[in-house]
Amino acid sequence: MNFDVGLGQYYESDSVIHKLDPRTKLFFVIVYIVAIFVARDAYAFIPLACVLVFAVILSRVPIFTILRGLRALVFIVLFTAVLNVFWTSGTEASMIFQYTVIPDTWTITLYWEGLYNAGLLAARIICLLVCTTLFFSYTTTPIELTDGIETALSPLKKIKIPVHEFAMMMTIALRFIPTLIEETNKIMNAQKARGADFNNGGLIKKAKALIPIIIPLFVSAFRRADELATAMECRGYRGGNGRTRMKKLKMHLRDLFWFLIPVLLLAGVILINIYGNGYKL
Amino acid sequence: MSLPLIKLENVSFSYPESEGGDNSFAVKNLSLEINEGEFVAILGHNGSGKSTTAKLINMILAPNSGKIFVDGKDITHKDMSEDDVFEVRKKVGMVFQNPDNQIVATVVEEDVAFGPENLGVPSDEIRKRVDEALEIVNMSEYARHAPHRLSGGQKQRVAIAGTIAMKPRCIIFDESTAMLDPIGRKEVMNTILRLNKEEKITVVLITHYMNEAVLADRVVVMKSGELYLDGTPSQVFSEPEKLWQAGLEVPQSVELMHRLNTELGTKIPLGVYDFDTVAELIKNNI
Repeated sequence: MNFDVGLGQYYESDSVIHKLDPRTKLFFVIVYIVAIFVARDAYAFIPLACVLVFAVILSRVPIFTILRGLRALVFIVLFTAVLNVFWTSGTEASMIFQYTVIPDTWTITLYWEGLYNAGLLAARIICLLVCTTLFFSYTTTPIELTDGIETALSPLKKIKIPVHEFAMMMTIALRFIPTLIEETNKIMNAQKARGADFNNGGLIKKAKALIPIIIPLFVSAFRRADELATAMECRGYRGGNGRTRMKKLKMHLRDLFWFLIPVLLLAGVILINIYGNGYKL
Repeated sequence: MSLPLIKLENVSFSYPESEGGDNSFAVKNLSLEINEGEFVAILGHNGSGKSTTAKLINMILAPNSGKIFVDGKDITHKDMSEDDVFEVRKKVGMVFQNPDNQIVATVVEEDVAFGPENLGVPSDEIRKRVDEALEIVNMSEYARHAPHRLSGGQKQRVAIAGTIAMKPRCIIFDESTAMLDPIGRKEVMNTILRLNKEEKITVVLITHYMNEAVLADRVVVMKSGELYLDGTPSQVFSEPEKLWQAGLEVPQSVELMHRLNTELGTKIPLGVYDFDTVAELIKNNI
């Protein structure tokens, strides 16, 4: 069985994008997302998409892999697009066609605005998804990401926010996801061997069938947590104070470049919003 | 003779949830000395107090009475500060039974770095220690792997590397091979032997596998919380009846020789020998 879940889609390579400091990636993604949502002009998506394509090429992650990652969201993109097509109203002039389903109560009208909206929304979702998966999962290991978050948020320690503890919890959670999935499978098999039926019956019956899985899983998770805590104590863990790191995060010149790109992009998007004459969302 | 690395003096311990009575003591009046560089196996039936002893030495549990010294320092002292506890754990590392529940990080080398990071070792030094530790346990090629993809024996070796990287004087293995398949068990035992012989680390091996205990310099047998037998493997295993009383097995070769002695009246001197010696002894005595 293959347990590659969620964040485990790391694509091994030593490209520029892979080598970026995780903090730079965090900054890039956040500003990029803001830019995506600020963009109202259709032309604004041209620079947004270009930067993304540029990043994808530099990262050496095969396009095919990224497209495969998008597959899961095809439904959501189509669904929101279809909703937009039919629920956006426009002017008499921009009407494409009208169809009366039930006279005087239900007519379907299709406007150009609806098509534009749907297109731009789809573009937004795709940009958002490609950007986050490219920077956070294909080119960054979970541990780099949590390290990045920990160091980026470390000023918050001053106001007593337990940043280190949160990062540690995230690391441990990531570490135990595959272990617990394996365990769930084992328990399910054990219950099946005792005659449990997980596949038949209605929703309530199916939900009830999960109880004999969830309870042993919880019990064992607590036992694991207890053992892990003892093992961590034995290895001298006593919180974030006085702790050093093997890999120190270091900013390079290239990080500056990738800090500037999203800022310029955001500025550009705002300018296009104001002065551009493409279709506005 | 230098000071023993670990010394227990009349140590008793009972778990808080168990109620009164003499039998409830997990460890009873135990005195034991472990010298620097030794390889000691602690044998015992389930509930004989062997794991509890390990936890007492590592200060996970505190004894009800008696004294424990680690490297000459009394660790049962009332005003042990958190830093003192820290010092003890730096000297005495521990490897547990379940390899899954002692690996913290999602990458092998990050996990090995966990211990030294906690100790506040500078970054370059950690890198060096991690590479060395992985080299010692023969896991260098897996440095960038995810731990959940490794076999049980490999995971356990990563856990051992994580302890070695802290540069302890002594490592306690608390039934570290119990959950492994025979191949994994062999890998881990070879690593333990190498640690003791080449890296000169004191090893305390808690186990219930006789063929592992045979490899030690000294075997300590515990029975219901008390010290029962203490000696070289040959001495301990030359008294099979006593071991059977403690609910333990003896190595198969010893059992064979013992049965020959009792059933055929031969007089083979019992002890732990290699395969050829056993064959030779049996041949000469029949």
